[in-house]
Amino acid sequence: MNTELTGVILTYIITLAIAIPLGIYLAKVFSAEKVWTDFFKPLEKFIYKLSGINPDQPMDWKQHMKALLTINMVWLIYGFFVLIFQDKLPLNPDGNPGQTPDLAFNTIISFVVNCNLQHYSGESGLTYLTQHFVVMFLQFVSAATGIAAAFVLFKAFREKSTTNLGNFWFYFVRSITRLLLPLSFLIAMVLTFNGTPSSYEGKDQYISLQGDTVNVSRGPAAGMIAIKHLGTNGGGWFGANSAHPLENPNYLTSMVELIAQVIIPIAMVIAFGYFIRRKRLAWMIFGVMTIGMLLLLIPTLSSELGGSHALAKMGISQHTGAMEGKEVRFGPAMSAYWSTVTTIISTGSVNSMHDSSMPLTGLWQMLGMMINSFYGGCGVGILNYFIYLIIAVFISGLMVGRTPEFLGHKVEAREVKIAAIITLLSPFLILAGTAIASHVLTTSPNADWAVKPGNWLNNPGFHGFSEILYEYTSSNANNGSGFEGLGDNNIWWNVSTGLILLLSRFLPIIAPVAIAGLLAKKKYIPESAGTLKTDTLTFSMMTFAVIVVLNALSYFPALALGPIAEYFTLIK
Amino acid sequence: MKKYIIQSIRLTLVLIVLLCVIYPILIAFVGKLSKGEGGGQKIVVNGKTVGYANIGQLFTRTDYFWGRPSAVEYNAAGSAGSNKGPSNPDYLKQVEERIDTLLKYHPYLKLAEIPADLVTASGSGLDPDISPEAARIQIRRVAENRKLNIDEVTALVNKNTEGPLLGLIGPSKVNVLKLNLALNDMTKSR
Repeated sequence: MNTELTGVILTYIITLAIAIPLGIYLAKVFSAEKVWTDFFKPLEKFIYKLSGINPDQPMDWKQHMKALLTINMVWLIYGFFVLIFQDKLPLNPDGNPGQTPDLAFNTIISFVVNCNLQHYSGESGLTYLTQHFVVMFLQFVSAATGIAAAFVLFKAFREKSTTNLGNFWFYFVRSITRLLLPLSFLIAMVLTFNGTPSSYEGKDQYISLQGDTVNVSRGPAAGMIAIKHLGTNGGGWFGANSAHPLENPNYLTSMVELIAQVIIPIAMVIAFGYFIRRKRLAWMIFGVMTIGMLLLLIPTLSSELGGSHALAKMGISQHTGAMEGKEVRFGPAMSAYWSTVTTIISTGSVNSMHDSSMPLTGLWQMLGMMINSFYGGCGVGILNYFIYLIIAVFISGLMVGRTPEFLGHKVEAREVKIAAIITLLSPFLILAGTAIASHVLTTSPNADWAVKPGNWLNNPGFHGFSEILYEYTSSNANNGSGFEGLGDNNIWWNVSTGLILLLSRFLPIIAPVAIAGLLAKKKYIPESAGTLKTDTLTFSMMTFAVIVVLNALSYFPALALGPIAEYFTLIK
Repeated sequence: MKKYIIQSIRLTLVLIVLLCVIYPILIAFVGKLSKGEGGGQKIVVNGKTVGYANIGQLFTRTDYFWGRPSAVEYNAAGSAGSNKGPSNPDYLKQVEERIDTLLKYHPYLKLAEIPADLVTASGSGLDPDISPEAARIQIRRVAENRKLNIDEVTALVNKNTEGPLLGLIGPSKVNVLKLNLALNDMTKSR
């Protein structure tokens, strides 16, 4: 087998070898059992004391959501102002300007919601202060928010019937002290010793071998790149993200960054099973997610390793696969694997430029983000999957003619309504956004805005349409990657994607937690012969079918106009 | 509600100290022990920095090996890819021009010998590497322009080719800056 594919397979095996024990560990950490990291307890106590928090106070689902939304609101306001005034604040050795209000609006929302869509370029759009005090800070806390919300849901199914869903601050702080902070530090060490900068020195200048004067952007990037992957955030220190040779210096760091972004999403699934003492259910969910991942990964590998049709026609050698927008040290196989992982998992960091991927690769990338729960983002992946589960329970219940149940609780009209609304929200935001933007573009390409709509796109034809569709899909998935040719730093894109980000983050967190909270309050019905078992192969296939049918119905027409049409023009 | 607001603000402040001050300073501190002291790995020749090991440079002179095309002309303060889609006609024209240029400077080449990485822009615009094939096809031109023996230059390219990680995983590559520095050394020692 060739060395590039071996690299991909080995990376995935190492990921599993870390993620599965990590999941078991997380289940223990969040049920406050004894674990070896208990030496962090004094630090946690100190944090609670300074913040005036009692971590033992029980909360119901509404109190959880109030706490979550309040602290997120605090971050939004704080970050917005720091970004606008960054030029007047310290730690700006490169003398970069403050952000415009619409860019700051987009940036702060994007980082609060764990999306990390970047309408600026890291080298010139931020200072070292905002890189750390806004961006990196939010990369930690937004990931912790997702993990905490997921554990609120887990807690609802741990007890037979309860309103006590634990304490939000406890879940939140422990996510940071027991998981994100120590692991990020380890990852940052690997990066630093492989050449990623970590010191606070500003730009460097040198004269190249041919005599050109070159400026090199640098900065304390290693710590941020670690949490950017571990927390499935994805926002890069440099404009080129993890394709940049300082952000991702070699094949080893690429493997580490890939492993870092996948371990928590997989660990969360395992943790779910161990936490609610239903391991079989967790393995079934893991199985569905893994099959989904493979179904996206294998065609992606094949389309990238196959190379570009258009370049093949010119007669050059394509034995290294498609190389536009890719780096030689990663090669097309690792780049293809990365593009699958980063889109299914809502990281959105890139080690190759997605805009230049082959048309079918673009299709799989978008589909990964549309489904958004084959592993999915930190904490929110399993929340998204839970919505599909509820829909599958409901449809299965209808098929066999019984009241649907999930883990001993009746699923009734109210819960199904909430799940249905969330299922409809994604296609609504993506397709309405794309439709309106396309309409503006075609009817008033010369509107007198800072960037004329006619100049938004970097590519003509079907691919241009894909750039619009990708941007809204990425926003709705809180993914953050882009077909970066799109001219997106202007008021239209900053505001429209900002609004979509807010809706598509908080509603899909509140809804599953609400459903879980409502279910947990209901009387527990012991399992009987008539119970629909959710940890069986049949039910897993049912869930998979629900995911496929819902997404195919929602998105096929739009995808046909973009990547599918482009593919057929190229092979003709 | 008020209680949540106050708790949120206090917790935010505490976490800012932990995550934005202590954490990165600790990394910067340990990073001092790394090669390049956490500022990136520089390459110094005769006391002068001539570049960074990981950052590609623009090479256009005919007596140097060339790197990959870059959408930002190797501007290390503004990394970016071309973001050109695979069906974009302007992009395809650009690739054809690059092929023509290569053929002009390497008249001995057959079209099918040109590897894709030498006519496509990299993701960062700063790719420090080329594939071994891309180095091999340039050997004759470089040797002729430096009046060196083809076998010597071939040996140099082989010496500067990094195989897969641990010999098992990942692609092979050649760091263009290091290769050209080795080439200068070789020419100088004559």
